[in-house]
Amino acid sequence: MTAAVTLAPTPWGMLPVLAVVLPVAGMVAALPLGARGAERLTLALVPFGLLIALGMAAATYASGAPLVHLLGHWAPPLGLAFRADGLSAAMMLTAAIVIGAVALFARAGFGTPAGAPERREALSFWALLLALWGGINLVLVADDLFTLYVALELLSFAAVPLVCLDGGRATLEAALRYLMFALLGSVLYLLGVALLYGAYGTLDIVLLSERTRAIPATIVAVALMTAGLLAKTALLPLHLWLPPAHSGAPAAASAVLSALVVKGSFVLLVRLWFGVMPGLPVPAAAQILAGLGAAAIILGSAAALAQARLKLLVAYSTVAQIGYLFLMFPLLAAALGTPEDAARAWTGGVLQAVSHAFAKAAMFLAVGLMAKGLGHDRIADLAGAGRAMPLCLLTFGLAGLSLMGVPPSGGFAAKWLLLTSAIEAGQWWWALVILGGGLLTGAYVYRVLATALTAGPGGATGREDSRAWIALGLALISVALGFLPLGAFGLVQIGRLDLAVGGVP
Amino acid sequence: MSATLYGLLGAALVGIGLFGLLARPSPLLRILAFNLLGGGVFLVFGAVARRGAGAGFPGDPVPQAIILTGIVVAFAATTLAVMLLLRLSAEGEGRSDPP
Repeated sequence: MTAAVTLAPTPWGMLPVLAVVLPVAGMVAALPLGARGAERLTLALVPFGLLIALGMAAATYASGAPLVHLLGHWAPPLGLAFRADGLSAAMMLTAAIVIGAVALFARAGFGTPAGAPERREALSFWALLLALWGGINLVLVADDLFTLYVALELLSFAAVPLVCLDGGRATLEAALRYLMFALLGSVLYLLGVALLYGAYGTLDIVLLSERTRAIPATIVAVALMTAGLLAKTALLPLHLWLPPAHSGAPAAASAVLSALVVKGSFVLLVRLWFGVMPGLPVPAAAQILAGLGAAAIILGSAAALAQARLKLLVAYSTVAQIGYLFLMFPLLAAALGTPEDAARAWTGGVLQAVSHAFAKAAMFLAVGLMAKGLGHDRIADLAGAGRAMPLCLLTFGLAGLSLMGVPPSGGFAAKWLLLTSAIEAGQWWWALVILGGGLLTGAYVYRVLATALTAGPGGATGREDSRAWIALGLALISVALGFLPLGAFGLVQIGRLDLAVGGVP
Repeated sequence: MSATLYGLLGAALVGIGLFGLLARPSPLLRILAFNLLGGGVFLVFGAVARRGAGAGFPGDPVPQAIILTGIVVAFAATTLAVMLLLRLSAEGEGRSDPP
């Protein structure tokens, strides 16, 4: 794995291409098909997408090397490459499962029953869901910084309209604010791309990883791109767009926005820091990133604790959980010389992204069902909800366990890995933040559960919505990740570019 | 020389656009500022293309292709933003426009 990185086509290299082409072609086909056809098409594509993602994970794991496809057989720097490493495979599998679950969930809200007229809102939802899927897959497999820019824009353009599907004033404002942050982020990123191209004459990440040097152009470019990507990832000072957008969207849309869309720009940021410029000495900058992450954990959790509305609580919880992702940067930067420590920090960060995706999707779906069943989402009036909707509450609790980092759960494994690498790296202050964040998370999850489990009038009668099982399934996956043996996470190590230069200052 | 001039002009546009995007409260002005900012970035790309020109070529074609793609993306972004703004102003006037 530490051999020099090459960019030659590999067997199964078509899989990453298919993973992008399938949803994009589906989206184009969905528009003339109408709402009913688009719904059927999306549900039909989900198993194929899942198979492709599984195939990519299996092929990457079996060969121990990333899958590479050269578009039109032109090798970079002349052509474009698709490169799917272990991180791509793991995230793509996550995306396929979450999107599949959300598609099943959304049949009730955006489905078109036989005989009913087709609604534009429904058609928009299915087409946007497919577009979002294609965008996230392209972010994961593209190996070219400009292709990644286009992918990020596709992702944003699919995500923004999902926020304002209901067309109300509040959600339109949230969507416009989201779009402004996203546009500022992408244009800063593009400026960085221009500077990198000017300095090195290529935009291919693998080629750049061998060429980048610590010259001012690189530093300025990476700083601009980092700032832009932070705006899209909603790290703390740039998180203002997230709570109104994620809490205002329909439940099915919130789930994909919170679980997947913010992770797209995060993956790109990881590629930038540990792919494009793996050898650059950046400990101070990494400390700043993690400092912002720590502030996000504490302030985001505290804000979640103070919310009166359930959906806003879950949205602020996303702000806090995004903070954990950034603790990975200084830990990885400090451990570049020692592969074992680096592997631990890397796995911790990726596992946090994956387990948060499942837990947060489950939580948003459950909260959406509760809001629908009760007719409101005021936390103070939740009394009795535990009796009326035990499955939703169980989902909320299980997802909450993973977010808190209580064993056994995926969130625990992620936070434990980050915690131990923080102590190994001698950066004990991050360990304190992780523990404090866990306590605050416990407090806001407890606040909801305690209110909902008291007796009260909030209970509706009759059977609980069967869609609660879908949310419960996602929450169970998030918990089950904690039972995977650590060896299974070898997948996410495959194809890491920082290993190729490991330790070279 | 002209490449340097265009690069500096691009930097100035980026500065003006960034200021507008961050300091102006009006959404329409922000959309315009975003376009200025984007224009500045494309000029920088143009300067990069000129400086990277190979023998006998007026410019490196890759940044030029990037500019074209970037303009399309920026146009799409502007359209989306303006549509959102139009819907928002229609809501504000109390008219419930048909879906």
